[in-house]
Amino acid sequence: MWRDAALVAGKDLRIEARSRVALSQVAPFGILALVMFAFALGPDRSLMAKGAPGLFWVAVLFCTVLAVQRSVSVESVDGARDGLRLSGLDPAGLFLGKAAAIAAQLLVLEAVLCVGVVLLYGARVEVPWLLAVSCLLGTIGLAATGTLYGALSAGLRVKETLLPFLFLPIAAPVLLAGTRVWQSALAGGIPADGSQWLRLLAVFDAVYLALGVVVFGPIQESA
Amino acid sequence: MSPNQSVHPPPAQSARVRTAVRVIGITAAVATACTVWLGLWVTPPDVTQGNLVRLVYIHPGVAWVALYLAFGLAAVASLLYLWPRTRGLFWDRLAAAAVEVGVVFNVCTLISGSIWGKPTWGVWWAWDARLTSTAVLLVLFLGYLALRRVPAEPEVRAKRCAFVALFAAVDIPIVHFSVLWWKTLHQGATVLNPDLSPTIHGSMAWTLLLGFVALTLVFVWMLLVRYRIGVLEDWLGTGELDVALRERQAEGAPLDEDQAA
Amino acid sequence: MAPPAPPSPAVFLHDAVALSGRFPLLAGVDLEVAAGETVLVEGPNGAGKTSLLRVCAGLVPLASGRVAVLGLDPVRQRLQVRRRMGLLSHASHLYDDLTVRENVRFAVRASGADPTRIDGACERWGLTGRVLKTGASKLSAGQRRRVALAVLTARWPELWLLDEPHAGLDASARRTLDGLVAEAQGSGVTVLIASHETGFVEALASRAVTVTGGRVTASRPIVSPGAAAGPPVALPGTDGQAVGQVAHVA
Repeated sequence: MWRDAALVAGKDLRIEARSRVALSQVAPFGILALVMFAFALGPDRSLMAKGAPGLFWVAVLFCTVLAVQRSVSVESVDGARDGLRLSGLDPAGLFLGKAAAIAAQLLVLEAVLCVGVVLLYGARVEVPWLLAVSCLLGTIGLAATGTLYGALSAGLRVKETLLPFLFLPIAAPVLLAGTRVWQSALAGGIPADGSQWLRLLAVFDAVYLALGVVVFGPIQESA
Repeated sequence: MSPNQSVHPPPAQSARVRTAVRVIGITAAVATACTVWLGLWVTPPDVTQGNLVRLVYIHPGVAWVALYLAFGLAAVASLLYLWPRTRGLFWDRLAAAAVEVGVVFNVCTLISGSIWGKPTWGVWWAWDARLTSTAVLLVLFLGYLALRRVPAEPEVRAKRCAFVALFAAVDIPIVHFSVLWWKTLHQGATVLNPDLSPTIHGSMAWTLLLGFVALTLVFVWMLLVRYRIGVLEDWLGTGELDVALRERQAEGAPLDEDQAA
Repeated sequence: MAPPAPPSPAVFLHDAVALSGRFPLLAGVDLEVAAGETVLVEGPNGAGKTSLLRVCAGLVPLASGRVAVLGLDPVRQRLQVRRRMGLLSHASHLYDDLTVRENVRFAVRASGADPTRIDGACERWGLTGRVLKTGASKLSAGQRRRVALAVLTARWPELWLLDEPHAGLDASARRTLDGLVAEAQGSGVTVLIASHETGFVEALASRAVTVTGGRVTASRPIVSPGAAAGPPVALPGTDGQAVGQVAHVA
C-alpha cells in the first residue's frame, strides 16, 4: 500500500511540476481571493487584521476545491482512470498517494497565502509554531476529504458544480478549528486554548484518512 | 412474441402493508389535529413567553424528527446498504426517502426556530450549535438529493449516495462539537441565550408529548409513501429490461425471424 | 484409467448479462477459452466485443450469469486478476504531461511488473531516443498505441485482452504486433483479440467466435493459414433460447 501511494504521489507531483497549474493558476487565485476580501471589508485595516484568520482559511478552502478538481481532471483524459483501475494498484495506496499530492500542493499554497495575509492585512504573527501545526493538520484533513469527494464525483458531467457543494460543508470543521487556532496565533487574537482545536483537527484527520483507506476501492469501482 | 407481453406488473404491496400505511396516515392526521387544537386553544399561554410558547409543541417535535429520526435512519440505512451482507436496494430506497422527508422537516425546524427566535432574541438567526448543525445538515441533505438526481444505474447511484450519507453522518457530530466550542469559548459580548425551554407542566406536558407522537407518525407515513413511490419508479425502469434484452439479441439474428415467419 | 481433469479455463463465461444503465451490453454470453489458446472475437460494430473484454477485465460487473478469469472472480478478486492480465483498449491511458518513458515506467511499476524490461520493450516498439523524452500530448494516435503495446510487452501478463489492436498502426508496427502475439502464444499466454479486421489476425488465432447482439452466435476453428477455414457453425438456440457450452478446440 505505501509503495503504491508513493508511486501515485510521485506521478501526480511530477505532473504538477511539468504543468505548474497549482503554482500558476491556483496560487494567484488564492491571492485574488484575499484581495477581493479586502475590497469587501472596506479600507479599515484593523478590521482586515481581525478577520485575517478566517479569510485565510476560506481562501484555502477555495484553493482546495480547485486543487481537487485539477487532481480529478488529470485522470479524466485518455481514460487514465480506467488505466489506474486496470493496473491493479491498491486502492488504499491510490487514495493516500493522491491525497498526499494534494496536501503537498496545499502546503505550498498556504505558505503563499500566509505571506499574502501578513502583507495585505497587516497581521502580526505571535506564535508561529501554532500556525504551522494547524496548517499541517488542516491540510491533511482537507486533502483526505477532497480526494474522497473528488473520487465520488469523478465520472459525473456535473462534477464542477457538484464538488464544491458536497465538499465544503464537510470541510466546515476545518474552517472553524483553523480559524480559532489562527486567532490565538496572531496578535490581538483571543487567548483561547488552542490545543482543544488541534485535537479536533487531529480527530477529523484520523477519521477521514481511515474512512478513505477503507472505502476508496468501492468508490472507484462504482464510478 | 410481442415485446409488450414481457412487461411485468408492478410489485404488489401486500394488503397488510396497505392497511398499515392507511392506519398510520389516519392516526397521524388525527394526532396532529388534536395537537393543533390543544396547542392553540386549550393550553394556557406561558408566564414569560406568552402565546409564543405554543411553538414548543411543534418545534422540538420537527427538530427531533429531522435531526435524529430522519438523519439517523438515512445513516443506518446507508450503512446497511454498503455492508455486503445486507446489501439490497431496499435500504437505498429507504435512505433516499428518509433524506427527502427529512429535508422537509429540517426546513420546518429552521423556520419554526426563526419564528420563535425573532421575538425572543431579537434576531432571525443565532449561531448556536444546534441551529448551525441543523443548517449544515440541510445542506448535506440537499447535496445527497442533488447527487441522486444524476442519472446512473440504480446500484451505482445507490452506492454513491450511501457514501455521501456515510461521510455526512461522520461529519455532523464533528460540526456540532466545533460550533459548540466555538460559541462557548468565545467570550464575546452576546447576551443571546439559545436555551428556549420554558417550564412545562400539566396540560402543556401532555400536549408536548402528543406533538412528538403526532409528528413522528406524520414522518413515518410520509416515509412509507415516498418509499412506495421509489419502488414504482424503479419498477418503471426495469420493466423495460426484458424488452431491451430481446431487441439486443434480435440484432444478431435477423435471418431467424424471417424463417420463423 | 480415468482421464485427468481438464485444467481450469483461462476465461469462462456462462449466460453472462452485463448492463449499462438499461442497455444490455451483453445479453447472455457463453464462452470458454482454455489456457494458452488464442481466440479471435469477430462481429459488427456495437455487437459487444469491447464489452466482452471489459467484463473479463472486471471493469463491468455482471447483472446475471457467471464469469471466471484465470479461475478467479474478476470483480471480487479484482486486484489479483488485474495484475495477471493486460487489457489493450481504445484509450491508451497516458498522462499528457509526462514523457513517454515516464508513462511506461509508471504503468509498469503500478502493475508490479519488472521495471528492467522497460528498455527492451520500448526498443521493440520503436520508442527510442527523442521519442522517449517527448510529452505524451505530442504523440500521434499510432504512437500512443505503440506506447500502450510497449507497456503490455514489458508486463507480459498471463492473459492478454486486445481490443482492435491493429487500429492506427502502420505496416511495420503491425508486423511487430503479429510477431509479438506469435511469441506470446509460444510462451503459453492466453490471447483474446477483438477485431473486425479479420484479415491480419486470422493467421494468429486458433479459433474465431462471432459476437452479435450481445451474444456469441457462431464459432469456427481456424486451421493453418493457406488452407480454407472451416465453415462457421451456428450455435443451436441463437433464436433466443439458452445456448449450450461451446466445445473448445484442442
